[in-house]
Amino acid sequence: MKNIKFTLRVSALMAVGAFLLQMGCAKKSEDGGTPAEKVSIQNQGSDTMVNLAQAWAEAYSSVDSAVSVEVSGGGSGTGVAALINGTVDIANSSRKLEEGERAKAQQNTGKEPKEYMVGYDALAIFVHKDNPLNEITLEQLAAIYSADGNVTKWSQLGVQNAGCANDEIIRISRQNNSGTYHYFREAILGKGHDFRLGSVDMNGSKDVVDLVSKTPCAIGYSGMGYATHDVKVLHVAKKAGDPYVAPSIESTLDHTYPIARPLFMYTLGEPTGHVQHYLDWIHSDAGQQIVKESGYVPLPKDGSLEHATPANE
Amino acid sequence: MANQRRLGNLSEPIIEGLIRLCGISAILFVIGIFFFVFREGSGFLFSKLNLKEFLTSIEWYPDSPSNKRYGVLALMAGTASVTVLAMMIAVPFGLGAAIFISEFCSRRARETFKIVIELLAAIPSVVWGFIGLTVMNPIIIDLFKAPIGLNVLNGGIILALMSVPIIVSIGEDALKAVPDSYREASLALGATRWQMIYRVLLPAAKNGLLAAALLGVGRGIGETIAVLMATGHAVQIPHSILDPVRTLTATIAAELGETPVRSDHYQVLFIIGILLFSITFVVNLVADLVVKGIRGK
Repeated sequence: MKNIKFTLRVSALMAVGAFLLQMGCAKKSEDGGTPAEKVSIQNQGSDTMVNLAQAWAEAYSSVDSAVSVEVSGGGSGTGVAALINGTVDIANSSRKLEEGERAKAQQNTGKEPKEYMVGYDALAIFVHKDNPLNEITLEQLAAIYSADGNVTKWSQLGVQNAGCANDEIIRISRQNNSGTYHYFREAILGKGHDFRLGSVDMNGSKDVVDLVSKTPCAIGYSGMGYATHDVKVLHVAKKAGDPYVAPSIESTLDHTYPIARPLFMYTLGEPTGHVQHYLDWIHSDAGQQIVKESGYVPLPKDGSLEHATPANE
Repeated sequence: MANQRRLGNLSEPIIEGLIRLCGISAILFVIGIFFFVFREGSGFLFSKLNLKEFLTSIEWYPDSPSNKRYGVLALMAGTASVTVLAMMIAVPFGLGAAIFISEFCSRRARETFKIVIELLAAIPSVVWGFIGLTVMNPIIIDLFKAPIGLNVLNGGIILALMSVPIIVSIGEDALKAVPDSYREASLALGATRWQMIYRVLLPAAKNGLLAAALLGVGRGIGETIAVLMATGHAVQIPHSILDPVRTLTATIAAELGETPVRSDHYQVLFIIGILLFSITFVVNLVADLVVKGIRGK
């Protein structure tokens, strides 16, 4: 009984400590800003975009110190759900809003969701850095990941993956509220096709890259901004015979990289006041410079990529 | 003096009432939670759900664009495999540690051990998951030549480490509850220390030790974040302990956040909740019956 009491006491202490810590932080941020009318913008959604959104929020605090942008991730689906429930000012999504979701948001909140394209992202395919594979086609990717695909061994791709003892391809994927997961399914597996069960589903882009860097048998995908030196980024071709292209800003802008997608921000109705100013700033040169610095692709000045389409359509 | 006594008389029923309220509230909470979970899931459970497919199919495609299927067999297999492995590791270790701490330690060492074990219990589960993800993963790949280190083995070890403190604490209390006269009597009859433990202590503390093990099982079935991170989160029936799996709890945690309220997917996740409720209920019931059976003898 004494043990249990002790545990209780420890956890109570920890809870109180955490609470005090939070109070301390909250107080600090209140004191730090200009008095009284500090406005906060709630920004939630895509895990792919969370680093970018945070970089924006940080930089914007020096542009307009009266506004604090509060960013949280969770996946595009989380952002869209929050938009439908009317609990965010701006929702981030790495996929387009579906018709049903648009209707639901309108029905729930009485406002039409408004879409802003804020940048592009190339979907990078990663393998372990000791893997001899350098290139892959979209058809091969579909054969690896799709429910009706039949590629399960590295030797079927024509490589001898020495670090991987039993030759098995370990598919790393994302949880199903991820916009990247939805985009991958639509662009690579094709409309109406399912992932094969048994893939290892991670909760974030960074987790995918980390896991691939530690697992010689693995293949994974995420936004190219998450690439590190510990993984190998594959060159991708649409089909066998086409040129293999590495993901980059240039190859995204000139359409040669086959799996690039636009990134979106959504508001409920026409944005006003601070939210409007924030979105304008994101589209300005200063905002787009941050897109580039964070490893994503800024919007082209001439608007030539207005309609990036999934590759398999 | 008289005043004080009157105050005492008055405070007695108040305190008694308060304590009674605390006791009843536990029951109310359980009923309330069960009611809520059941209400959220029941619409789909009775109208559209194919119960046979739900329990016997491994096809978990809750958001398929063409053909949504809700089969949880693979998820149940995931929960079962991780829990069984964790208990195979944690029960012998935990009970061994409990016996060591209660019977073989000096007073001083005992206090140290207990504090360290309490600390083990105070580590948040997300930290355990992180250890599984970053530390255990490469070790398992190296040691077992496994294609991936996030698997049943990893989840089982992490879960075992998390249940050991519970098993040790409760097991040690159970051993403590055996009167010293038992120990003295058996030693006086010429038994060795080991014979005393094996023949006298363990049978005498059987109920408490069983409760310790079953609480460990409960922890295993209910644990979410750590197994989410350590098992690889892959929907499949494991063929060896080196295969990645996904558990029932991890599925709820990973998917509930994005599902629109009252959608089919949302309701199915609550039906998984009902399933978990039923499993723990059966485990507890069996434990109760076993303990009663032992007592009856």
